[in-house]
Amino acid sequence: MEFLSYLISGISLGSVYAIIALGYTMVYGIAKMLNFAHGDVIMVGGYISFCAMNYLGLPSIVAVLLAMAVCTVLGVVIEGLAYKPLRSAPSLAVLITAIGVSYFLQNAAQLIWSAAPKVYSPVVAGSLSLLNGQLTIPYVSLLTVVVCLVIMAGLTLFTSQSKLGKAMRACSEDKNAAQLMGINVNATISTTFAIGSALAAIAGVLLCSFNGTLMPTTGSMPGIKAFTAAVFGGIGSIPGAFLGGLLLGIIESMAKAYISTNLANTIGFAVLIVVLLVRPAGLLGKYVPEKV
Amino acid sequence: MKKKFFAFLMAVVMVFSLVACGGGGDDATTDDTGDTTEDTGDTGDSATTTTFKVGTIGPLTGENAIYGTAVANGAKIAVDEINAAGGDIQFELQSEDDVADGETSVNAYNNLMDWGMQLLVGPTTTGASVAVSSKCYEERTFMLTPSASSTDVTAGKDNVFQVCFTDPNQGTSSADYMAENMADAKIYVLYQNDDAYSQGIRDAFVTEAEAKGLNIVGEGTFTKDTATDFSVQLTAAQAAGADTMFLPMYYQPASVILNQANAMGYAPTFFGVDGMDGILTMEGFDASLAEGVMLLTPFSATLEENASFVQAYEDQFGETPNQFAADAYDAVYILKEALEAAGCTADMTTADICEALVPVMTTITHDGLTGKGMTWSADGAVSKDPTAFVIQDGVYVLPQ
Amino acid sequence: MKKLTIKRTTRTDFITYLGVIVAFLIMMFLRDQGVLNRSLTGQLVPICCYISMAISLNLTVGILGELSLGHAGFMSVGAFSGIITAMSLQSTIPYTPLRLAVAMVVGAIFAAIAGIIVGVPVLRLRGDYLAIVTLAFGEIIKDLINCLLVGYDSNGLHMALNLTGSKSITDLNLQPDGIAIIKGAQGATGTTTIASFTAGFVLVMITLVIVLNLVRSRTGRAVMAIRDNRIAAESVGINVTKYKLIAFVTSAALAGAAGALYGLNFSSLQATKFNFNTSILVLVFVVLGGLGNIWGSVIAATVLTILPEALRGFDDYRMLIYAIVLILVMLATNNSQAKALLGRIIPKRKGAETNG
Repeated sequence: MEFLSYLISGISLGSVYAIIALGYTMVYGIAKMLNFAHGDVIMVGGYISFCAMNYLGLPSIVAVLLAMAVCTVLGVVIEGLAYKPLRSAPSLAVLITAIGVSYFLQNAAQLIWSAAPKVYSPVVAGSLSLLNGQLTIPYVSLLTVVVCLVIMAGLTLFTSQSKLGKAMRACSEDKNAAQLMGINVNATISTTFAIGSALAAIAGVLLCSFNGTLMPTTGSMPGIKAFTAAVFGGIGSIPGAFLGGLLLGIIESMAKAYISTNLANTIGFAVLIVVLLVRPAGLLGKYVPEKV
Repeated sequence: MKKKFFAFLMAVVMVFSLVACGGGGDDATTDDTGDTTEDTGDTGDSATTTTFKVGTIGPLTGENAIYGTAVANGAKIAVDEINAAGGDIQFELQSEDDVADGETSVNAYNNLMDWGMQLLVGPTTTGASVAVSSKCYEERTFMLTPSASSTDVTAGKDNVFQVCFTDPNQGTSSADYMAENMADAKIYVLYQNDDAYSQGIRDAFVTEAEAKGLNIVGEGTFTKDTATDFSVQLTAAQAAGADTMFLPMYYQPASVILNQANAMGYAPTFFGVDGMDGILTMEGFDASLAEGVMLLTPFSATLEENASFVQAYEDQFGETPNQFAADAYDAVYILKEALEAAGCTADMTTADICEALVPVMTTITHDGLTGKGMTWSADGAVSKDPTAFVIQDGVYVLPQ
Repeated sequence: MKKLTIKRTTRTDFITYLGVIVAFLIMMFLRDQGVLNRSLTGQLVPICCYISMAISLNLTVGILGELSLGHAGFMSVGAFSGIITAMSLQSTIPYTPLRLAVAMVVGAIFAAIAGIIVGVPVLRLRGDYLAIVTLAFGEIIKDLINCLLVGYDSNGLHMALNLTGSKSITDLNLQPDGIAIIKGAQGATGTTTIASFTAGFVLVMITLVIVLNLVRSRTGRAVMAIRDNRIAAESVGINVTKYKLIAFVTSAALAGAAGALYGLNFSSLQATKFNFNTSILVLVFVVLGGLGNIWGSVIAATVLTILPEALRGFDDYRMLIYAIVLILVMLATNNSQAKALLGRIIPKRKGAETNG
């Protein structure tokens, strides 16, 4: 019975990672950049929804939509100001800029909302009780899993069916060729950031509901974990991000329960290393042999 | 090449501007060679006043900013009160940020010394305080930390004192209280393994609990990076049949634990320490979750006798003060009392003030927000009584 | 005349050495004259450590061309092994500079061992996958040291790993004369600080000599060949794994020595100090100074270590401004338009000067 509840907590934690990882992987796949500021956009999403619910008294669904809108705008602004000018710069320069943006967002959030941690009440309260109360599943966990699946399905459909999605895939394969085919690469990348940031807002709401608290640094560690998850599953691959997130959550939860709470992170990372040694491009990643 | 030259130029400009900035205030710092002749230039203007320069250090940015900000604000209220009341002792306060990091904290300390600090209220966090306290010991700067509770901060340093309880003291008091009032409790200890404060209390608690024959049914840990999901530890505690959970930690992770335990429908008696204070005033916290939580703390914002401080703090900073703010407030008044007792004047050097205050500290008795009749031993630890509170209807009450 | 013509690279190297020596002498002079304020004096040793860290990371990132996000892990290994060495040799080697040197060598050795352990699996990976694995190793090292309990008494060194969270320093059963060196999460709290600016200067010089000589040697050329085109390098018979490992382990060892010096400069040090953010901080030095540009790393590490302190006047906005400066500098140095703009402004200004 305990095993089941550990598994469930692992799955719900994993789904949170998965949603964040989906955002990471989208941006990485198309822009080929590690967007370290993604975690902090999540934090902003959390604060916006918190303010909307607690100060403006808006219903949670409206708060989520508002957070999505704000984060989308924020994502596009960041992209336009900080990343776009570096389109042709070496990838490390963009990485450092992303880190700068991450510091900026954290410190700005601290100035705006103060450093005091806020208690975030879950967007849906209560929990499901099974087997005569031996097993309880918070509704938030269920919601997280469902939302995660919906987003994954949506993204898969979007990238494989829609015109814009196809353009994204083309950009991801070969930017120059895509440009020659009449695809506006710059606009496509900006759109990707917009979508990624909107996802970050949803992730923010769910992450904060799951954690129950909100601080200016809320996003940074989950950001790194989700990045790990994305690599785990094969960065750039949408089902890979989902699988990676889920597995990382379960491994962490099981490690905490049966091995050592101190080493939960260590074990998660160790599994990642082993997986990458066996499959150098992650679980579902494409291994592209180098052409000479 | 042009870029390199530009970078070099930037570096040179920056280094020299720093040197230039520092040059002015430098004569206030005491040279260990003792050439006090240079200091007379500085005493010229400060002799006419009675203003002591007090510095505080704490994390004003970063994830621990809540604690450092509280210390800086608490100290500011005390300083403003003292200055407004007039009198022979006036303070000038400067607060520096250390991001709760040892290196930055030493930098902040040096920065304050450049400014001419005579007394240090800080640093706020333990790790940073250990780094700074050994500098203070070497350079003879009087240090009174409001909140760094580890014994490592004061160990072997005669001029370092604490306002808060030491960690072992808290752990021992908690175990003693439980042995006295809830002897047959099945206790599960959950602590933060990468935090000095949490681990220090836990170590002392477990030692004392064993000595007192308390029943500890299990232990769980978490780290800063895993402080957001406690479902595993809570499930383990529930499975172990624990009816009391000892939480030696700050209120932020504690609030998460209370929330998640509630979501699981698990309701043991939660027992906290002084770091738990502040949980009720967290924005968005549902006070009903904390119903029945017990905590040993020296300060409570809801007690009537603290009302004027709480009011002043709320008016000025828009937040309810926590224990850190109260400790810092007390620290400034303790300094004032000690300075009066030692007969220090503002024109004395930092080292002279330090030597004058060290023998006085063990003789004074101070009534503050965080305790009545506080006294200090020569090893720097404070002696005051923690009070056990139970949270009922969102306020602290004394347990029946 | 012919004897006097030296290679351009050699000349640059000597200018770098000379620059560091002159900077050291100036700083020493200023400090002894009491002109240097305490804030800057206190930062001298950390600056030396960060310079060494930046140079050594530049070897991995700039010369070898592999992104490492876990460099602080090696610093951590070096710092804590250095602290243990220095603390346990306190009575054996009373002469402080020698003890410091021994501690730094031990720190370097342990970090090199960690470098081998990490490097062998990691260097098989490529690009961002390699980056994430170094990040993972950095975090693993941090977590393990967080569990480490070390004490020293008349019976020698005692060690334990607090994996389940149920052990504490008392479980080491130290003799009454024993000292607790590392207390798990509380870290090293009773370290005798023996680091000095001179030691920092020596460290920087040694780092420079090792890295510059390595780069200019046959090995260095092989490493750069691998960076520029691995397949081509392999095809001409360069042992890719060997050379990658040489560069990586050297980099780790130097970081370890820097860590040992850093650890012995503060009486308190926690494993959490060497987290992801510290790795990133050093990476920022390297990228800002220019990949493969050793002397750029020295400048960038110095400026960016002083910058947050210099910004103290801005109070709460300090780190915000730091972030903005970081972004702007990256934009200014990497954007072709900004570069062109800068290029246009500078000649214009020159023109204006001649006109006026």
